[in-house]
Amino acid sequence: MKNEIKDGWVDACAVGDIEPEDVRRFDSGGRTFALYRSNDNKYYATDGLCTHEQVHLADGFVMDHIIECPKHNGRFDFTTGKAQGAPVCVNLQTYPVKVESGRVFIKLG
Amino acid sequence: MSVEISSYDYSLVGKNSKLAEEKGLASAEWYSSPISRKRLKELMQRRDGPAIRDTLIWFALLSLSGFLGYHYWGTWWCVPAFFVYGVLYGSASDSRWHECGHRTAFKTVWMNDVIYEMASFMVLRESTSWRWSHTRHHTDTIIVGRDPEIAVPRPPDLVGIAMAFFSLKSGPKEFHRVFLHCRGRLTDEEATYVPDSERPRVYRVARIWALIYLVTIGLAIYTRSILPLMFIGLPSFYGAWLLVVFGLTQHAGLAENVLDHRLNCRTVYMNPVFRFVYWNMNYHLEHHMFPMVPYHNLPALHAELKADLPKPYNGLWETYREIIPALWQQSKDPTYFVQRQLPPGAKPLPG
Ligand code: FES
Repeated sequence: MKNEIKDGWVDACAVGDIEPEDVRRFDSGGRTFALYRSNDNKYYATDGLCTHEQVHLADGFVMDHIIECPKHNGRFDFTTGKAQGAPVCVNLQTYPVKVESGRVFIKLG
Repeated sequence: MSVEISSYDYSLVGKNSKLAEEKGLASAEWYSSPISRKRLKELMQRRDGPAIRDTLIWFALLSLSGFLGYHYWGTWWCVPAFFVYGVLYGSASDSRWHECGHRTAFKTVWMNDVIYEMASFMVLRESTSWRWSHTRHHTDTIIVGRDPEIAVPRPPDLVGIAMAFFSLKSGPKEFHRVFLHCRGRLTDEEATYVPDSERPRVYRVARIWALIYLVTIGLAIYTRSILPLMFIGLPSFYGAWLLVVFGLTQHAGLAENVLDHRLNCRTVYMNPVFRFVYWNMNYHLEHHMFPMVPYHNLPALHAELKADLPKPYNGLWETYREIIPALWQQSKDPTYFVQRQLPPGAKPLPG
């Protein structure tokens, strides 16, 4: 299905498609992203692949505001993209997210 | 199935390293057994409780055996005391190093990091360079020319394996590295997996280690006794044997250059005492497939995946009945390896 794009905002999924404290993969325009829902029901988005090796973070584990990569347990703060130490040394790109009418939108540059 | 790599060159900077990349074996995608996201999330949950409990027991046993060793020093009674102290120091530290290196043992990050640094020192593996080495081991498990942690390269060096029981090969090698790192240098192999940004940390830790060893040796000279070295330094050698007994079960004799952990890792059932010492690392296949699952949940993960995995080994006896003949055979024919059988109904290999 083609995702709807309006003013650079891409319709990624319904709010209920991601469980609290979890992550979901979202692909658009040949790129892959990770969408997060925190425990306090806020939504965030980052690049979908770990900056250490090309592994999908959507298979990882969310703890509070941290996403742990499934391959080598590298951690990022998904609210800022900041790498939390070896083996991840390069920060993740983050993207603005908004919620409207029960849908989650991500603004792609 | 296994991909052919010519000759047995295990160097990370040799021709097999390039060949592994060309054949798509480097940083490749690996097989994962099916498990629901919901169940996996439950199993990945972190807790501090089990690791705090186990660490307190570990410290208490170290202190008690260390005290008895000190108290009975000069009599035969110090032998069993240092035997226990050595195993707790030189072997149990391996699993603490491993689990805390993955930062899954404790929920609290600093607890993982403190125990990781301590255990790295005890098991004689410099914390930063070995973190990166282990990262590569997970990316390219038993891929020749890529994995720096292949315990038994083919053809097996049987004398070397015997020496490993007391760290007689790896120990001097590690001290040589510490010496290099103190001087601000890495080996060529380390340079392939330790990023530039991490190198100052490697050098800093090596200098701290050197200082601890120098102080301990100084104390031994000052007191004209090896007793200080029985507590720091020597247990990494005299207590390492159990680490080797456990460690060889992980991959020895199994396939190289496959992208399926079911074919190159073993899961071995062990008794509760061994599982305490080894922190459930005997569920090694499950750990490689899902490294985010903490050690205390590995038995539950095993139960979940069992139907898709080869039959686990029933204890060390059964495991070594396979490993010893396999290594003997490999010493004569390096192409030989143990082919693990997937259970009926297991998901076939991809591709
Ligand atoms: S691929 Fe993500 S931590 Fe290594």
